[in-house]
Amino acid sequence: MDNKIKKVDLIFEKVDYLDILEKSFKRTQDEIILDVIDSGLRGRGGAGFPTGLKWKFAKNEEADQKYVICNADEGEPGTFKDREILTQSPEKVLAGMALCGMATGASKGYIYLRGEYNFLLPSLSATINKFHEDLKELNFDFTIEINSGSGAYVCGEETALMESMEGKRGEPRNKPPFPTSSGYLGKPTSINNVETLVFALMIAKEGPTKFKEMGTFDSRGSKVFSVSGDTPTAGIFELELGMSLENFVNEFGDGDTKAVQIGGAAGFCVSRKDFKDTVIGFEGIPTGGSMMLFNSTRSMFNILKDYLEFFEEESCGQCTPCRVGCQQLLKGIEAVKKGVKPPAYLDELQKLSETMKLASKCGLGQSAPNPFNSIINNFREEIIY
Amino acid sequence: MTNIEELVKEQAEVHGKERKNLMPILQAVLRSERYISEEAMVAIAKELDISTADVYGTASFYTFMDTKPKGKNVIRVCKTITCHMKGKDAVIGALEDLLKIKLGENTSDGKFSLLQANCLGWCHKGPVMLINDEVYPEVTPESAVEVIQEYLKQK
Ligand SMILES: Cc1cc2nc3c(=O)[nH]c(=O)nc-3n(C[C@H](O)[C@H](O)[C@H](O)COP(=O)(O)O)c2cc1C
Ligand code: SF4
Ligand code: FES
Repeated sequence: MDNKIKKVDLIFEKVDYLDILEKSFKRTQDEIILDVIDSGLRGRGGAGFPTGLKWKFAKNEEADQKYVICNADEGEPGTFKDREILTQSPEKVLAGMALCGMATGASKGYIYLRGEYNFLLPSLSATINKFHEDLKELNFDFTIEINSGSGAYVCGEETALMESMEGKRGEPRNKPPFPTSSGYLGKPTSINNVETLVFALMIAKEGPTKFKEMGTFDSRGSKVFSVSGDTPTAGIFELELGMSLENFVNEFGDGDTKAVQIGGAAGFCVSRKDFKDTVIGFEGIPTGGSMMLFNSTRSMFNILKDYLEFFEEESCGQCTPCRVGCQQLLKGIEAVKKGVKPPAYLDELQKLSETMKLASKCGLGQSAPNPFNSIINNFREEIIY
Repeated sequence: MTNIEELVKEQAEVHGKERKNLMPILQAVLRSERYISEEAMVAIAKELDISTADVYGTASFYTFMDTKPKGKNVIRVCKTITCHMKGKDAVIGALEDLLKIKLGENTSDGKFSLLQANCLGWCHKGPVMLINDEVYPEVTPESAVEVIQEYLKQK
């Protein structure tokens, strides 16, 4: 691995998106999908499922109606790149949705936009209206609507998002069935992150090779990172995947970085001793983009407490391991800090967190243990004293 | 018909009367009233022909859908980690002093509610606050107070 981080400009690059759609339109569904599969693109919303395969599953379903959903719920603490993409390149997101519609045979698309981004509604609606006009010229029947959220992190989970769109409580469903066979209103649905859709469009423009050549075997291409915390250069950066955390910190740290939380509250905390050996990508620690840097003035106890409060509030409460587990982890570290419980109680809590990982219904309860264990393992003394 | 009933009826015409149209209708009520009253829930249930309990079940799930009265302007200060690190406590303290209320309360003239929220998606520009749908990034205790004073001047 060389010691440079490489900046890339695919997401925000200005392109003739209608030209890309017109050319794609002349190809078969399978050709479009094969390019996406071949590029190695994996979902940018966190879970990293291969995008081309998802499209293929949706395409192969027989149904009178299929849907495309753009997941713009962006609730993961430390992530703000989807907002920026929707601000700077909204047409590319819409075109990515239309491309997905072509490839899977869907004629309706929805953007689920978090309520915190309501200020984007007027401009985004205007862009959608213009886009509909453009599509008419291409003779392609595809319409897009916006659905708004109302402040619920769990609604970023794809099935909770669909429940919310159906007017219900945002409680995740059991999987299977997966959304590609039974999604919004029970119809085959491809749900993709904002950034994923733009990459798919760029792959349709450039072919799969350029994308595939970047990054590593498990993590092809580039990724938009949201950098925040103790850094002189907070902001949004598109970088080639697969860099080491050490190189990242050399570029973005303030010279005193003691830990980096990769992947938001649901991600992992890496301490300085492991910067060198940590790869940012699916083979190492994946991230939906959130990179939070902490320097040595920060209390890791406070940081962990913040994350656990977040999960305790945002758990939908549907299943016990998560609802009770998040509460108990939070109460537990507070009790240890106050000396009400002995330090060994942390071991009990770590056992509880294993149960949460195994028994929780959705990714929220399954990943709340990530910051807990990684911070306890790396900074145990800061939690106790 | 009361104002709320009229609003609900009108919104049901705009968005449709199926269960899947519940969120946009609730959100329209929220935009106009800042909270979802019992009267609104009963009216929505009637329009969509579902039980009031279902409407309440959905509304009460979402953090932004308050079911208790809120001020005309709802202030939400981000409390999540980076905004915490960058000084959201001082911002909240300054607003509490200015408005003479504590977090979670409404001013007695009904103009403001002061709340916290989880990550608002502006972590590189913390601390951040939202007033209704308007975003104010990189606020200081002083600039936050100035923003509120502008709102006070407006009406
Ligand atoms: C608690 C939770 C929150 C999530 N929030 C988001 C989100 O805000 N945006 C997003 O794109 N994916 C989010 N996801 C992942 C989605 O479930 C889903 O995997 C993703 O939208 C698929 O798109 P992709 O393949 O393009 O990443 C979340 C998952 C969980 C478990
Ligand atoms: S894991 Fe948590 S958020 Fe997910 S379904 Fe269970 S209670 Fe709800
Ligand atoms: S932590 Fe405050 S906006 Fe993200």
